[in-house]
Amino acid sequence: MIPLILLLMAVASVDAEPVRVGSKSFTESVILGEIVARLARDTGAQSEHQREFGGTRVLWNALLRGDLDIYPEYTGTIAQEILAGKDVAAGEDGLRAGVEAEGLRMGRPLGFNNTYAIGMREEIADSLGIRTISDLKAHADLVFGFSNEFMDRGDGWPSLRDAYHLPHTDVRGLQHDLAYRALESNDIHAMDLYSTDAEIEYYGLRVLVDDLEHFPTYHAVLVYRPDLETRAPHVVAAFSRLQGAIDGGTMSGMNKRAKIDRVSESRIAADFLDSAFDVSSTVVEITVVDRLLRRTSEHLTLVVLSLVAAILIAVPLGILAARHERLGQLILGIAGVIQTIPALALLVFMIPIVGTQEPPAICALFLYSLLPIVRNTYTGLTDIPHHMRESAEALGLPPRVRLRLVELPLASRSILAGIKTSAVINVGFATLGAFIGAGGYGQPILTGLRLDDMSLILQGAVPAAVLALLVQGLFDVSERVLVPRGLRLDPVD
Amino acid sequence: MLELTQVTRSFGATVAVQPTDLSVRPGATTVLIGPSGCGKSTLLRLMIYLIRPDGGSVRFEGTEFSADDVLRLRHRIGYVIQDGGLFPHLSASDNVALLARHLGWDETRVTARIDALADLTRFPTDCFDRFPAQLSGGQRQRVSLMRALMLDPDVLLLDEPLGSLDPIVRSDLQQDLRDIFCTLNKTVVLVTHDMGEAGFFGDVIVLMREGRIVQQGTLSQLINEPADNFVERFIRAQRTALHVLEEGAES
Repeated sequence: MIPLILLLMAVASVDAEPVRVGSKSFTESVILGEIVARLARDTGAQSEHQREFGGTRVLWNALLRGDLDIYPEYTGTIAQEILAGKDVAAGEDGLRAGVEAEGLRMGRPLGFNNTYAIGMREEIADSLGIRTISDLKAHADLVFGFSNEFMDRGDGWPSLRDAYHLPHTDVRGLQHDLAYRALESNDIHAMDLYSTDAEIEYYGLRVLVDDLEHFPTYHAVLVYRPDLETRAPHVVAAFSRLQGAIDGGTMSGMNKRAKIDRVSESRIAADFLDSAFDVSSTVVEITVVDRLLRRTSEHLTLVVLSLVAAILIAVPLGILAARHERLGQLILGIAGVIQTIPALALLVFMIPIVGTQEPPAICALFLYSLLPIVRNTYTGLTDIPHHMRESAEALGLPPRVRLRLVELPLASRSILAGIKTSAVINVGFATLGAFIGAGGYGQPILTGLRLDDMSLILQGAVPAAVLALLVQGLFDVSERVLVPRGLRLDPVD
Repeated sequence: MLELTQVTRSFGATVAVQPTDLSVRPGATTVLIGPSGCGKSTLLRLMIYLIRPDGGSVRFEGTEFSADDVLRLRHRIGYVIQDGGLFPHLSASDNVALLARHLGWDETRVTARIDALADLTRFPTDCFDRFPAQLSGGQRQRVSLMRALMLDPDVLLLDEPLGSLDPIVRSDLQQDLRDIFCTLNKTVVLVTHDMGEAGFFGDVIVLMREGRIVQQGTLSQLINEPADNFVERFIRAQRTALHVLEEGAES
């Protein structure tokens, strides 16, 4: 125990606050994040890498809030997405001034330009004679599959359509890595690409020429909080070594190693730092069991905290609903409306309110848990036969005592069933927490989708299913303890 | 004891009780009888304020029922409904002791009282740990009666207490109930739709129709001096039961 405390104190004294690096939910960003984190560590600083933290908005807001210190971004995204609608001068310096006006800092470009592009399978493009984006106009029946981010970004599909006057109507939003597979199976005919995607070569895709020069440049840059310069100036200085150090070929190569050769991002980042800067860093490959345990504890944290909070709030709400008919309809209505909000939307709603990672995930799960518990508490109480309630009333028991001694025990089975429903649903919903950096079983599913790795997807999906079954079993057992024995008997006559 | 003055009650558009006066005689058994929907159960529930009157007043020993007094007054009234209304999650003894424990009785007192009641109602003590679902219909009614008598109330209200029992159990319990009423010498109000039962229990029989009291008096008054055509018809319709009763009484 004592050595442990000493160790903790030692760790705390070296650097009270580690450099928190974030990355977006795609391979290139994870590799860049890993490079940044390792480079920081090489200066002697503590650093941690929040992999696959989320999309642009999630990361930018996390940086503004101080949940993160630094993450890799693209100039095009900053111009078109983050600072869209703001008065920003053209060029890199204009952008830098724009970022500073937001209270953050932007480093110099890392080298490569990962712009958007439109890609098709080589043989299809060839047979239709499509070479440029303009050529698409003549083929209105083609089906497009775009990443959700591309569907509504300032420089994404809407402006591309307007710029090229594209007539296509069958345009689907789907996850970027799944789009490659949809393209492969001819479910879609064209998709958005990042020009450094490893899959372009792997799948033999034709990158259509952006003949109207619609897409802006997407130079990778590091964006960070200004306090990092005072807190860890040597770390910021080390980051400047990355300027212009990664060209397009290097980046595509690293992407290919991760996605096609299945090398871990940590290993790729370490190899890059070793060959480019002669910086050696150790790569600890975490065992499957360790990872499973960590994810289980993350997942359980999400489920248990949200469920406990939901029970504490929803049972009293259910009681209130059963007591006052009009208020009851209102409460049940609101809980029902919450249920209809799409899970991802609810998660993203939460970010400006409670930040990133666990809190928004727990809040969202909490909100989803309300309806089953409120409704079952309400139903359990209102289903108590009238004569039973009258018997309790006729005894001369005050309302509170009737509730505690008679009504809640009689409704216990229904209330418990509601809690069970919420718990099982929560185990499933919690996998979405990974989209906003909350970890859990959703993390391997997300990474598996990104890397097109079925075994990784199963590493998340199987434990989640097992946990759901365990939770179900746990509640079946607890029903025997919590539901009074007299309610579980069949009448003798 | 219990005094109803110009009491009225409607449910929506249906008038359940027309303006009614009724004075319940202390120490006697009053039976409310009439065809279904005549308002007899409503009248009984008005007496314990489970239903509030739209107009008129309900007094218990001179005190008018009000929100402040209702709990205290209910402790002095026992209430038994058809099929007992026992709480299925509590054992027989816990059902009986629920109110006393809430009022802070110590366990010795609770046990002593339950034993005395088991004796009185002829309830087998080895069944006390059973849940309502494990008891027979007759046993459930005995437990319900014990629960109503736990605080030794002044008044006992019973709403068709024998309504759901089969004939043999019913006649056993009928006999026992009358013995208990005699032993305790309590004021009892009992609702039934069965003229035989009314005659068996009732010192005073109150015949109701469409929310009104048509006639009140002893059984022989109702038979010999019917107030109107309806009383006569109601009694004739249930004659068979009365014959048996009269023959039994003679022998």
